[in-house]
Amino acid sequence: MTQSSEQMTDNSTGMSYLDSLPRRLITVILPLLVFVFVLLFPFYWMAITAIKPNYQLTDYNNYSPLWVVEPTLEHIKYLLFETSYPHWLWNTIYISVAATIISLVTSVFAAYAIERLRFNGSRWVGLGIFLAYLVPPSILFIPLAIMIFGLGIYDTKLALILTYPTFLVPFSTWLLMGYFRSIPFELEECALVDGASRWQILIKVLLPLSVPGLISAGIFSFTLSWNEFIYALTFIQSSENKTVPVGVLTELVRSDVYEWGSLMAGALLGSLPVVILYSFFVDYYVSSMTGAVKE
Amino acid sequence: MANVTATEPSPSRSFWAGIGQGRHVIGIVFMLPAAVFLLFFLTYPLGLGVWLGFTDTRIGRAGEFIGLENYQSLMGDSLFWLVVFNTILYTVAASILKFGLGLWLALLLNENMPFKAFFRAVVLLPWVVPTVLSAIAFWWIFDSQYSIISWALIKMELISAPINFLGDVANARASVIAANVWRGIPFVAISLLAGLQTISPSLHEAATLDGATNWQRFRYITLPMLSPIIAVVMTFSVLFTFTDFQLIYVLTRGGPLNSTHLMATLSFQRAIPGGSLGEGAAIAVAMIPFLLGAILFSYFGLQRRKWQQGGAD
Repeated sequence: MTQSSEQMTDNSTGMSYLDSLPRRLITVILPLLVFVFVLLFPFYWMAITAIKPNYQLTDYNNYSPLWVVEPTLEHIKYLLFETSYPHWLWNTIYISVAATIISLVTSVFAAYAIERLRFNGSRWVGLGIFLAYLVPPSILFIPLAIMIFGLGIYDTKLALILTYPTFLVPFSTWLLMGYFRSIPFELEECALVDGASRWQILIKVLLPLSVPGLISAGIFSFTLSWNEFIYALTFIQSSENKTVPVGVLTELVRSDVYEWGSLMAGALLGSLPVVILYSFFVDYYVSSMTGAVKE
Repeated sequence: MANVTATEPSPSRSFWAGIGQGRHVIGIVFMLPAAVFLLFFLTYPLGLGVWLGFTDTRIGRAGEFIGLENYQSLMGDSLFWLVVFNTILYTVAASILKFGLGLWLALLLNENMPFKAFFRAVVLLPWVVPTVLSAIAFWWIFDSQYSIISWALIKMELISAPINFLGDVANARASVIAANVWRGIPFVAISLLAGLQTISPSLHEAATLDGATNWQRFRYITLPMLSPIIAVVMTFSVLFTFTDFQLIYVLTRGGPLNSTHLMATLSFQRAIPGGSLGEGAAIAVAMIPFLLGAILFSYFGLQRRKWQQGGAD
């Protein structure tokens, strides 16, 4: 381990200054670039296929598959004007927003009750919430399908709006519990001494301070709803009620002829909203993901 | 008059104040929406699922209690055992790869370098986009004729004919595992990165002064400090891999020769297209013992955390 003088000044993070530049190139930069390439390549492939004219799509001899000449919007146009894709997009937005709002409101109350009011048995309820978070949808979809039938909401958006919170509420509650815990108790004591009710404390003291936590839980819930598949596949039948993931898979794949251009365009457009949301809130996103694991 | 102004402004306030007398009462009131919801849409279906496993319910026909018959027929069903084997293979292989590569990526991202935030943001993308949609992209990448991977390997003259990614037993298993690992690495890496950032650099500096090698610092400082968070992250990872459905449903639907059929996909196939809700539920219930194992593992992982992190939180 040799010290290189030009890096000696940078001792802010750990001991990376002990490594020489060529060595870091091999041990850090190169593997990282390989990782990034592998992790991002499918997106590039998705995007390039979505704008390739059909005659170039499978003609690898005359056209390089990695590039496109004469890009076309034909696939995207087909998707938007000749399929129910806009419907699916709207359904997905509608269902995700509704499920997120329901979960967020219930979770705020539940997290506040468990974390701050500490009613009898709140510890056990907290543990129960954590366990509920671990119940996977692939175990629940069969009995839920029967319930959905029984309630008469099969093949409606309501079926998904009501079932998505089964995984959103435990997650958001768990996340918000961790967030509330980080807010000093003294603030609430002051408010109590000043005569505020619990309701006022929650609305006027705790919630304004928890905005970052609420954003984290909100965008994460939205993304989870957007990505959900097995419930949407099981509970929805008619084309106009499908969500994007289910619609793309079940309606755009027809017989043996795969129209890769429009499939990739559908995948790309369906990913875009969550990617855009993600790009605006990277830090919230990371904190909600790691927060759920750390607490 | 004073009396009026004190009580009149907001009846709602006195209502809340009245309830607020006992925080146990108000606690339960606040808890109610979530509790009712989870009891009705989570606990009840969970119980209903277990009950369905003991019945011969079919779509459109209420079933009767048939005891352990579903489980007995599963025991004698060679497809079920193949599926259990597939699920375990899939989970173990994918989890080991996700852990190894994820830890490596976390260590790389923890290094000091330019554009660190950018790299960190970009790396998480596979985890953000809907699994089904990225799986469709993989479907195209794994195409038997026009796979871009085959094309690249042929160009490099490593192979002479396109690889039949999803049509051959071993290839199909490797392909779905690769796609699962691709999606899972970011979650493991970013979570472990958060753990790495809590390790004080002074520990590494002290060890280096004592003559520890890179490997020793990793083995005796990084790994022990990270082990609680590793336990939790890997529990989640195992849980989600074990119950995976979407990726298989898109890429292979269980084929070829049922070699990639997982318990979740078999459960779906028997219950929804096949119509045997009872049998599908029994397969789903058969997953629970494995999941309980994972949860217990997580619980002990969480327990150990307190002393290992020295009250860091």
